[in-house]
Amino acid sequence: MLTKRIIPCLDIKDGRTVKGTNFVDLRDAGDPVELGRLYASQGADELVFLDITATVEKRKTLSELVNRISHQINIPFTVGGGISSVEDVKILLQNGADKISINTAAFKRPALLSELEKEFGSQCVVLAIDARMEEDGEWYVYLNGGRTKTDRTCTDWAEEAVSLGAGEILLTSMNHDGTKQGFALDITRALSTRLPVPVIASGGGGRMEHFLDVFQQANADAALAASIFHFKEVAIPDLKNYLFQEGIPVRIG
Amino acid sequence: MEIAIVKYNAGNIQSVLYALERIGAAAIVTDDFELLRRADKVIFPGVGEASSAMRYLRERKLDQVLKELQQPVLGICLGMQLMCAYSEENSTECLGIFDEKVKSFNQLKLQEAVTDTEINRFKIPQIGWNTISSLKTDLFDSIAENSYCYFVHGYYAALGEDTIATTDYLAPYSSGLHKKNYYGVQFHPEKSATVGEKILRNFIEKI
Repeated sequence: MLTKRIIPCLDIKDGRTVKGTNFVDLRDAGDPVELGRLYASQGADELVFLDITATVEKRKTLSELVNRISHQINIPFTVGGGISSVEDVKILLQNGADKISINTAAFKRPALLSELEKEFGSQCVVLAIDARMEEDGEWYVYLNGGRTKTDRTCTDWAEEAVSLGAGEILLTSMNHDGTKQGFALDITRALSTRLPVPVIASGGGGRMEHFLDVFQQANADAALAASIFHFKEVAIPDLKNYLFQEGIPVRIG
Repeated sequence: MEIAIVKYNAGNIQSVLYALERIGAAAIVTDDFELLRRADKVIFPGVGEASSAMRYLRERKLDQVLKELQQPVLGICLGMQLMCAYSEENSTECLGIFDEKVKSFNQLKLQEAVTDTEINRFKIPQIGWNTISSLKTDLFDSIAENSYCYFVHGYYAALGEDTIATTDYLAPYSSGLHKKNYYGVQFHPEKSATVGEKILRNFIEKI
């Protein structure tokens, strides 16, 4: 049976991992390659490396880091941050990335998704959406690492992106990110039910029960978290054993 | 031991090279006919789309070279699918090394007539870790039944006489194929943690 995936996210700045609360207040949590290898050995199913400052600072290439990662890590990994062209993606894939995640650039120019799908296949195109629920009860798409609000709803954009070629959706709830109060179950369930592609839930995972909820109640295909893994608040082997005991299909051993 | 990785217009070839390096095996990435024929082992990897890959191989006459190799050959993911007879992905005639046909998960999903509430329980492409079972041949020496491997694919090879590993997604299908000197796996051993490394090692040392 296909298992639910646990994905540690390593936010990168200046070659080091950081994790902010609601995208501000960055903290240092070590060397990305070392940390990634540790997570792989502990049973992480995939890794995501996000250069969180890249969209703002227009920093392009993570290619050297990606090359180091792919030489040392034996599970799949996704790279994101400031990717805006077919050429950017080509370089990252050539250096060993399995997938790339794209956010602001795809929103500004949706045709980029079709171009990437045509060139590399949808299986390596992850569309990242930062969404926030506003007072009107709707989830809106935010760009530039959560700094810029748009008028587009999350489900609307996700559906268009999938029709254009996104092979997976990485949904981050800005309302939940950094709170450790649990994932955004409603919007995750809405996307997961509507979309034919996998949905990765992100933002708010603080305890093991939160992961159970997002798999069981919101039908997420994967759950992503950062600081709780970096600061050893939740250990991946414990999390997987817990989920297994609770009847969630997970990869163990 | 000379290991050659087939160079063509498909993705993730570097990942296979790096995985071999991690287990201490050097390899070359080449589309040179002689280097491919002379190698002790050939790996035919790939992530991509079937018809453009076949067109590329035919234009360069690599299709003939691949079909006539005598040494052990391991196809991975798209590589394995291209070694099959035919792929529903853009109606592509493939190399015909294996008799099995490659079919579409989307078609299968429609046929299975899953109810509305279940319709998106099976996401396509299948992305993630799934089990391999009914394992045959030394490629899977010391690999436990129901070991987890990493899959990313929207098309699958049907079960057939060449099946040496089975995985279930919507229905059981071939996650491993074998005929004569040719082997293929649908999953990515280069990304399947220690299980994948053991399978690559088996191909190098036991086949």
